[in-house]
Amino acid sequence: MLKVYPFFLEAAWLTVLLSILTALLGLTCGALGAAARLSRFALLRFLGAAYVSVIRGTPALIQLFILYFGGPQIGIQLDAFEAGVIGLGVNAGAYMTETIRGAIISIDKGQREASRTLGLSQWQMMYKVVLPQSARLMVRPLGVNINALIKATALLAAISVVELTYTAQRYIGSTYKPFEMFLLAGVLYMIIIYVTGRGIAWLDRKVQIT
Amino acid sequence: MGLDFSVIPKYIDIILLGCAWTIGITVAAAILSFAGGIVFAVIALYAPWLIRQPFRFFEWLFMGTPLLLQLFLIYFGLVQIGIDLPAFVAGIIGLGLHFAVYNSELIQTAILSVDKGQMEAARTLGLSRTEALRKVVVPQAVRAVIPPIGNNMIALLKDSALVSVIGVSELTLSAQRAIGATYRPFEFYLLAAACYYVINLAMEWVQRKIERRISISR
Repeated sequence: MLKVYPFFLEAAWLTVLLSILTALLGLTCGALGAAARLSRFALLRFLGAAYVSVIRGTPALIQLFILYFGGPQIGIQLDAFEAGVIGLGVNAGAYMTETIRGAIISIDKGQREASRTLGLSQWQMMYKVVLPQSARLMVRPLGVNINALIKATALLAAISVVELTYTAQRYIGSTYKPFEMFLLAGVLYMIIIYVTGRGIAWLDRKVQIT
Repeated sequence: MGLDFSVIPKYIDIILLGCAWTIGITVAAAILSFAGGIVFAVIALYAPWLIRQPFRFFEWLFMGTPLLLQLFLIYFGLVQIGIDLPAFVAGIIGLGLHFAVYNSELIQTAILSVDKGQMEAARTLGLSRTEALRKVVVPQAVRAVIPPIGNNMIALLKDSALVSVIGVSELTLSAQRAIGATYRPFEFYLLAAACYYVINLAMEWVQRKIERRISISR
């Protein structure tokens, strides 16, 4: 048992790294998606809505398989790590699009009207009035998205990225102790999720004005 | 190697059978997760401390670890202690328990939001605590959570793809079988994605119907 710990810790580190990269890509896609869905242009609104609907309407595992196994057929050659980060990031982005859009449209309409009356341009209104307020509303629900995304990194075991779940599977082969291996991986996931949760809660307290 | 969708018709039977399995597993796991969610919620709120606290810890464990890991634990791990489940049973139990925990969170909030007067009135009318819960409080709570539970069930459909990893021949594994024979991953995974999307749209349609019915009868 003792011999496997270093490998699990290394795998846990890779899970953390994957989560961070995926979250960054997800937030970028989410911000762009929300901007598209709230755009003045019908085409952008349609593209944003299609992105959200298709990604949220199909399993993340299938999306990863299309990208990783199907990609080479259409000239996209990615290694498992790259495919994993891009696949999960684009997937998380669709959920974050809805979170960000929800936070933006929940700002009272009167605020927009007031800013227009005061002579602010569309951009000024967004940057100085709407976004600072909706950013506060986003932290907690984006935290839920990030929590889901950390757990989703386990899917990358299916395309053989050597993260926690894959490592657990691998050492079952040599130790014949499936219960212990999966439990050990589970504990490490719990630690990652717990620390992230505390971080999000801290950030959420930090941005509240009251 | 370009794309060639003409290979699909030959394998359409396997894919459709996979769809049927996916729907079957989703429905079975959904029923389990709904019933389990109610039971879990009642335990988490009303059971004696000695049962409630370990139970909450168990819920916390389920929410903090990936579903894939839980499926592996149920399918491969339980063999170690002498419980050898067929893959599809392990899949249904894993999916069902996982989503039961999420449903239980929703139902707990709903139970707490049912007016206290309802419980008091039921007790005054001579119902026991259990009866009051079963006949008055829980039915009202369940009704309030049907829309968010619908979202969980749609998530369950998509997560059912994970049971392919423990060898259940549902849609994803059927696509993989066809790919094994044809070496055409893009075409068949895209087809599988389209099937999931259609089932997903159908579920959303049913969900809207149910929501409308609930809002009318209120």
